Amino acid sequence: MTGKLIAYTNARLLDPATDLDRPGGVLTEGKTILDFGADLFKDGVPDGAEVIDCSGNCLAPGFVDMRVQLREPGEEHKGTLASAGATAVAGGVTTMACLPNTNPVIDDTSVLEFIARRARKIGLAKVFSYGAVTKGLEGKELAEMGMLSEAGAVAFTDGVKTVSNAKTMRRALGYAKNFNLLVVQHAEEPSLAEDGAMNGGETATRLGLPGIPAEAEVIIVARDIRLAEAVGGRIHFAHISTADSLHIIRKGKERGVQVTCDTAPPYFSLNELSVGEYRTFCKLSPPLRLEADRIAIIEGIKDGTISAIASDHDPQDEDAKRLPFAQAAFGGVGLETLLPISLNLYHTGEMDLLQVIKKITCDPADILNLPAGRLVKGAAADLTIFNPDIGWKIEPDNFASKSKNSPFDGRPVQGRVLRTIVDGRTVFELDN
Amino acid sequence: MGVKIQYFTRKHLLGIAGLEPPEISELLDLADTYVESNRSPNKKFDKLRGRTVINLFFENSTRTRTSFELAAKRLGADTINMSVSTSSIKKGETLIDTAMTLNAMHPDLMVVRHGDSGAVQLLSEKVNGAVINAGDGYHEHPTQALLDALTIRRSKGRLGGLKVAICGDIQHSRVARSNIHLLNIMGAHVRLIAPRTLIPSGVREMGTEVFHDMREGLKGCDIVMMLRIQQERMQGNYLPSVREFFHFYGLDYEKLSNAKPDALIMHPGPMNRGVEIDSTVADDLDRSLIRQQVELGVAVRMACLEKLIGNLDQPGQGGA
Repeated sequence: MTGKLIAYTNARLLDPATDLDRPGGVLTEGKTILDFGADLFKDGVPDGAEVIDCSGNCLAPGFVDMRVQLREPGEEHKGTLASAGATAVAGGVTTMACLPNTNPVIDDTSVLEFIARRARKIGLAKVFSYGAVTKGLEGKELAEMGMLSEAGAVAFTDGVKTVSNAKTMRRALGYAKNFNLLVVQHAEEPSLAEDGAMNGGETATRLGLPGIPAEAEVIIVARDIRLAEAVGGRIHFAHISTADSLHIIRKGKERGVQVTCDTAPPYFSLNELSVGEYRTFCKLSPPLRLEADRIAIIEGIKDGTISAIASDHDPQDEDAKRLPFAQAAFGGVGLETLLPISLNLYHTGEMDLLQVIKKITCDPADILNLPAGRLVKGAAADLTIFNPDIGWKIEPDNFASKSKNSPFDGRPVQGRVLRTIVDGRTVFELDN
Repeated sequence: MGVKIQYFTRKHLLGIAGLEPPEISELLDLADTYVESNRSPNKKFDKLRGRTVINLFFENSTRTRTSFELAAKRLGADTINMSVSTSSIKKGETLIDTAMTLNAMHPDLMVVRHGDSGAVQLLSEKVNGAVINAGDGYHEHPTQALLDALTIRRSKGRLGGLKVAICGDIQHSRVARSNIHLLNIMGAHVRLIAPRTLIPSGVREMGTEVFHDMREGLKGCDIVMMLRIQQERMQGNYLPSVREFFHFYGLDYEKLSNAKPDALIMHPGPMNRGVEIDSTVADDLDRSLIRQQVELGVAVRMACLEKLIGNLDQPGQGGA
């Protein structure tokens, strides 16, 4: 079966997996990439092909976001699969992995299948699901990881909750190893984080807010690396926010422990001072940390200790944020700001363009073993066309996301998604 | 007649942090003028006649609310008290809904106390009138710090250069935070004395010296401010027991003897006698300023009400 031919011409082709960064084009046929390369259209585009002129803009594999929260099923007033899909493709994300903290929880194959079916029908970004480590995310009994994995769960996590009991975590890591599954931990010791609203320290003291100390993260990271080492399991830490955690992860890697981690844009572009006068949009989990931590996170991304950048998309409605700081919900939306905030690492000269794009394409895809994030002949034509330099101002009111709680509200940025292609179809195009 | 420069031109009084020395002095000078009138038979002025002040208390308070109510009445304003137990907050109405509802009744000023840090600021962003923070969470309680400052200034003649020890539960105290700010702004030296579990992190960066040994901390101090210890702290593993706390950190004559011979004692009330302060010390009229603090509280609140409502009438006033 052959499909429609589309020729993407005059592109700056980027494929971080193969270190490709040169002018060229891509030819897609139906849902797949037929060919790509520098000289592809040397002799003109094939007869009958539709031509999309990229005008020198970057054409990269569609972005892969390994940590988003959907609110469907359960909290559709904050976000739906359709609104998440729309905000994802507006951010250039063509593949995302969603946390199991829906209602009902993804601790059962039926919920997983419901989400997969709904997402396919919507036809925007592709949605993969994490399965719960424990039933109901309660941290007590193991969920059916094997069966969830067979049904398509890409890895296992209790989402925004920490598997806090050390024995449960040890067994989860051991059991997951049976099937060579990855366990993803939100590292925060609950007894230290209890009632905390922001990073513990001088700023919290000045604002009179209970703090979440850095140790809350560090302790769980240290503990779980030991547990993974003991049982030979694979552990991944989500949204690492402190310098000390990175130090411990580096040591673990040196010892050969199968440990990886990601971070999210707030942790390398903001620090706790952004909370300012009780800005609840900057109430995030983990909390924004010190400037020294922010700099350490950038170093971690550069030296590879941190493998991926995830948006950590966490939609909250106005009612959940328009509250006194301690009562407001944690979290920020991030899908539409993933590219420009990440590109700040390029514009400040910290990293080259390809390195940055790698953190939001093949690197996260490799962690979750997803068929995405690369330019491959015969693979799905999931592509993102963007301009790394266009300046714009982040105005959440213009987001496709249903919830508008961005910690980057009002920030001037550079880099914008122009067109997003999923399975060969343009699913997003920037209005001019 | 020359034009008098106005220093305190803000719309709200949400905290002490960020105030400039002349602003504080101006409020204290104005408060000073009310101390004598408050002692005379006719205490009433009509400076705020026709104005409406709402006391909105989401946390229980007798002293502060009464003090604000008297202050408003003595200036001739109409006052209404709203407390949480009778309000619709418990029916699920949010803080902002309450603020908008009350705002629709056109109060000139709202005095607000709330259990959450930052809640009073949030409310101030949604109303047209002026707002005074009467205590928010562990954040600030600016009129308490102002009345403490006036009390010190009247008995010691100055604030600058004095050594002031603040003792007890610093961690959970908005009074401590407002006082740390004010004393630093006015050039006093602030010492904090408490066990480590009750000292919040980063407090040295706010301009304080921290002591865990009370005798050492009190050496050379001019003023000893005691803070109330809540019984709940014993349950939260902050402290092992009341008697152990009193043994090491309760103010008695023996520990007080380490301070300057003319050191004076303060307490924002209500006191736990025998927990943070020995009864005889608290009642020692030669050493204790505790009653003056209550008295001067009314004068300070009169000054704040007059200033803020006056600022509403000034075109081109400063921001919050």
